[in-house]
Amino acid sequence: MTEPETLTIDVNGFPTRVWRKGAGPALGFLAGFGGLPRWIPFLDELARGRTVIVPSLPGFPGGDRGHSVLDSHLDWLLAVREILDKAGLSGADLAGSSVGASLAAEIAALWPATVRRLALIAPFGLFDETNPPTDPWAQRADAVPGLMCADAEKWTALKTPPEGANSIEWPIEQVRANEAAARIFWPLGNTRIEKRLRLVKAPTLLLWGEQDRIIPRAYADVFAKGIGGPTRIQVIAGAGHLAELDRPAETAAAIAGFLEAD
Amino acid sequence: MKLMWFHLMPYTELPVDFRDRNPSVWVDIHSTLFDPKRAHLMYNDFMDELEYAAECGFDAVCVNEHHSNGYGLMPSPNLIAASLARRTTDTAICVMGNSLALYNPPTRVAEEFAMIDVISGGRLIAGFPVGTPMDTCYAYGTNPSQLRQRYHEAHDLVKRAWTEKDTFAFNGRFNQQRYINIWPRPVQQPHPPIWIPGGGSVETWQWCAQMNYVYCYLSYYGYKAGRATMDGFWAEMDRLGKDRNPYQAGFLQFIGVAESRQQAYDLYSEAAEYFYGRCLHVDPRYATPPGYTSEGSQRAGIESQVKKAADATVRGKSTGERFASVARDMDGIVDNGYVIIGSPDEVAQQLREVATQLNVGHLMLLLQYGNMSKDLTRYNTKLFAEQVMPKLRDLHAGWTDHWWPRPMDAALRAEVPAYMPKLAAE
Repeated sequence: MTEPETLTIDVNGFPTRVWRKGAGPALGFLAGFGGLPRWIPFLDELARGRTVIVPSLPGFPGGDRGHSVLDSHLDWLLAVREILDKAGLSGADLAGSSVGASLAAEIAALWPATVRRLALIAPFGLFDETNPPTDPWAQRADAVPGLMCADAEKWTALKTPPEGANSIEWPIEQVRANEAAARIFWPLGNTRIEKRLRLVKAPTLLLWGEQDRIIPRAYADVFAKGIGGPTRIQVIAGAGHLAELDRPAETAAAIAGFLEAD
Repeated sequence: MKLMWFHLMPYTELPVDFRDRNPSVWVDIHSTLFDPKRAHLMYNDFMDELEYAAECGFDAVCVNEHHSNGYGLMPSPNLIAASLARRTTDTAICVMGNSLALYNPPTRVAEEFAMIDVISGGRLIAGFPVGTPMDTCYAYGTNPSQLRQRYHEAHDLVKRAWTEKDTFAFNGRFNQQRYINIWPRPVQQPHPPIWIPGGGSVETWQWCAQMNYVYCYLSYYGYKAGRATMDGFWAEMDRLGKDRNPYQAGFLQFIGVAESRQQAYDLYSEAAEYFYGRCLHVDPRYATPPGYTSEGSQRAGIESQVKKAADATVRGKSTGERFASVARDMDGIVDNGYVIIGSPDEVAQQLREVATQLNVGHLMLLLQYGNMSKDLTRYNTKLFAEQVMPKLRDLHAGWTDHWWPRPMDAALRAEVPAYMPKLAAE
C-alpha cells in the first residue's frame, strides 16, 4: 500500500483534504459515517484501473470544521458540489458510502451533468417508520463498531490512532465526524431525498452489505424504484453497513465491474 | 446569603426493581409506569411543598424543565411558576429555566417569562439553560450540532424582545420573524435577572462574565465534586478581572436535616437512595450526542484525564460517564457529599463551608428528593428554615446581590385573595 498524493482545497474558508492515487479515468469517492481518518485498502483496490480522488466532506476527517457553517441542506449540497468541482471530479464517475452516498445521489439529482455513473453503498436519506434505520447517534460507544461493520475490528482499526497521532486531537476529530453526520441527518436520517431521486439520470449501482445493521436492505428497493436512470442492486456477502471496510476487494470489484459495463 | 428551595418534581412511585427492568429513567421510560391519577396527587403535593417553603421564609422557590423524564415532571416549569405567582407574595420565583433552543419561535419564552414577571409583580428570575442532551437532542430532537448556536441566537432574540421599545424584525441565522413586539412587557426593567445553569465549560464562564449573568452549577453530586467547577469559574473571573462577588454564583445541594446525624441518616436514606438509584438511571445511549460538548470542553476533559488532574472526576466526563460512576447507597451518597445530612448545627456548619469555599451566594437547596413524603419534606423544610437558615444569613454580608429580582413596591401590588373553598362550595 503506497501513500496517496494529498492536495488541499479551500471550501468556505476551510482547508479540505483531497487524496489522489492511481492512473486512468477519474473516480470520486465520498466516505461514509465516521469519514476516513486514514487511507484504507478499499481505495487501493479502486485505484487499480482508475485515478481515485477522495475529497473529505466538511467536518469529517480532513474536512476541518467546515460543517459548522452549513446550516441547511442546500448549504451542504452547494458545498459538496464545490468540493467535487475543485477536486476535479465534475463529470466523472462517483461512488459514495453511507452519508457520502446520500450526498453523491443528491448531486446527481440536482446537477445531472456532474456525475457520469453513480455507485452508492447503503446511502442515508430515507426513513420508513415501519422499518426504521438504526439511530447511529444513540449508542453506547462499545456498540458502534459492531453496528458499522460486520467485523467490528474493521471499524476499530479505522478509528484507532496511528503511531504519532495527536492523542488529544485525534478523538476530537472522530467525534466531529459523528457531529458532521448529525448536522446533515439528525434526527431520523430523513432528508426527503426520495422526492429528488427521479432527477437522477445516471446509471446507478446500489450496493448493500448483507449484514447492514444501520440502514435496512429494503431501502435499496426504494432507491432503485425512485431513481430516474437505470439501476442495479448488488448485495455484498459478509459485509456490514460500511461494506468498503468489511469487504474491500469485493466492494471495489463490484464498482469497477459496473463502471466498465458500458 | 440567599437560600432557595428547589423542586425537581420526581415521580415518586417508580418500582423497586426499576433499574433492573428498565433501560432508562429518561427519554424512553415506559408510559405504563406513569399513573396519571397518582401523578395528580404528586403534583398537588409538590405545589403544596413549594408554597410551604415560601411560607417558611425561603428567599426563592425554584422550578426547572425536563422532558420525558421520570424524575422531573415539569416539561413546562412556567405553568408551575404561574401558579406560584398567585400563591406566594414576596418570595422570588426562580424558573431554572427554559431551554431556549427548544422554543420556536423563542419569542414564546420572552412572552411567558414576561407574563410570570407581570403576574408576580416583578419576582421572576429568568434561567436560561442549554438543556441536557436527553431533553434537547433526544426527547426534543434538536440537532446537537446546532444546539448551542441556536441557544445563543434565541437568547439574543429574547433579550431584544424584552428591551426594544418598537416592533422589530429579527433576521437571525435560525430564526426569522418579521414582527416582534411582545405584550406583556416585564415589570423588571430592563429585564428580569438572567441566570445561567451550566456545566463546567470555559465558554459558559466567559459568557456569564461578559454578560454579567449569574453562573449556576446544578449538579446532583454535591459540593465535593462541585468544588473544581466553581474554582474553575472563579479562576476565570479572576483572569478576566471581574469581582469575586459570590452573588454571581449559584450552587445546588441536597440536604437532610434532623435532630441528629443518625436520625437524619435514618430519615433520608430511602429518599436519597431512591433518587440516586432509580432516578439517576439514565441509559448512556442518550448522554453523548456528538457536538453537544464543545470541542474546547472535550479538549479540557481529555487533557485533565491525561494529567489525572483533581477535577477529572467531574470535568470533561460525559454525562454518561458520570451517571455510570454514581454512588447509589446512603453511605456513598453521604461520603461523596451528594447529600449533606446532620443536626441543624452540623448542616449549618457544612453549608457555611460550602458557601465560603465555593464562594456562592445563592444556595439552591433540594429538601425534597426521590420519593420523600410530603410530611418528611415539610419537616426537612421547616427545620431548615427555623434552625439552619438563621445561622447562614450573615454569610457574604459584605457583598451586594445585583442579580436578585426587584419587585414592585408592595403597596402597589395586587392583593391576591386567599383561596376560600367554602365560598366555592356554597
